[in-house]
Amino acid sequence: MDMIIELLKVFVTGGLICVIGQILIDKTKLTPARILVIFVTLGVVFTFLGIYAPIVEFGKSGATVPISGFGYSLAKGVMQEVDQIGFLGIFTGGVKACSAGISAAIIFGFLAALFAKPTIK
Amino acid sequence: MDKDINMTDKEYSDYVDKKATNSPMLKHIIMAFLVGGFICVIGQLITNTFMHFGVPKDSATTITTIILIFIGAFLTSINVYSKIGKFAGAGSTIPITGFSNSVVAPAIEFKTEGYVLGLGANMFKIAGPVLVYGITSSVIIGFIYWLIKLFL
Repeated sequence: MDMIIELLKVFVTGGLICVIGQILIDKTKLTPARILVIFVTLGVVFTFLGIYAPIVEFGKSGATVPISGFGYSLAKGVMQEVDQIGFLGIFTGGVKACSAGISAAIIFGFLAALFAKPTIK
Repeated sequence: MDKDINMTDKEYSDYVDKKATNSPMLKHIIMAFLVGGFICVIGQLITNTFMHFGVPKDSATTITTIILIFIGAFLTSINVYSKIGKFAGAGSTIPITGFSNSVVAPAIEFKTEGYVLGLGANMFKIAGPVLVYGITSSVIIGFIYWLIKLFL
């Protein structure tokens, strides 16, 4: 039963974050690329302001799987690294925390593009 | 039809606006909610499975990200992700699988222009800006955080 409630929270949190994006697309004509940029930046800022961590606490993957969660990892990584090693952490913390995602996107993206046939539109 | 072709920019823009407002926004929102929520639930199930087998939480989350990116790349390469995107809208754009899609789709499209300046350069056409603004803002807040710690 706990697991069902957990998954329900994940579903609602993730769903609502996507709904905010959808409303922005429908109402403002922002392109998906701009939406992604806005969400990742807001993820960073909200994490810094201490707003995003409680959302992750509540919604778990519902808050980390959307691209704003990428911003959360970046900001969390930077702040942790500044705590640990000081000034240098400003430059190392963010990308370090997101390195797996970036590397995965590059290698799987490369392989997928290598084997897929371009579609003629 | 000739008249349509000769539409001025203004007329065309009005025409697009009319079509756009006719699109059922509520339906878009519901689909975005359902698909976006569903993808996140899959992510949580992957995380829970790894944690069940004793993987620490942080590693499980990282593995989940990698697997979701793989799924997004795979579904894009077999031309399924764009079909999901047609009805899911932001529900498929905003999750990390959509980020993966934004890497793979241009890479496939520009492959014909070569492996370096086609595939290689266009891979980050959309994901590049995401990294630029994500990393830039993280360095800025890192600096502010460092300053705050210095003076408090």
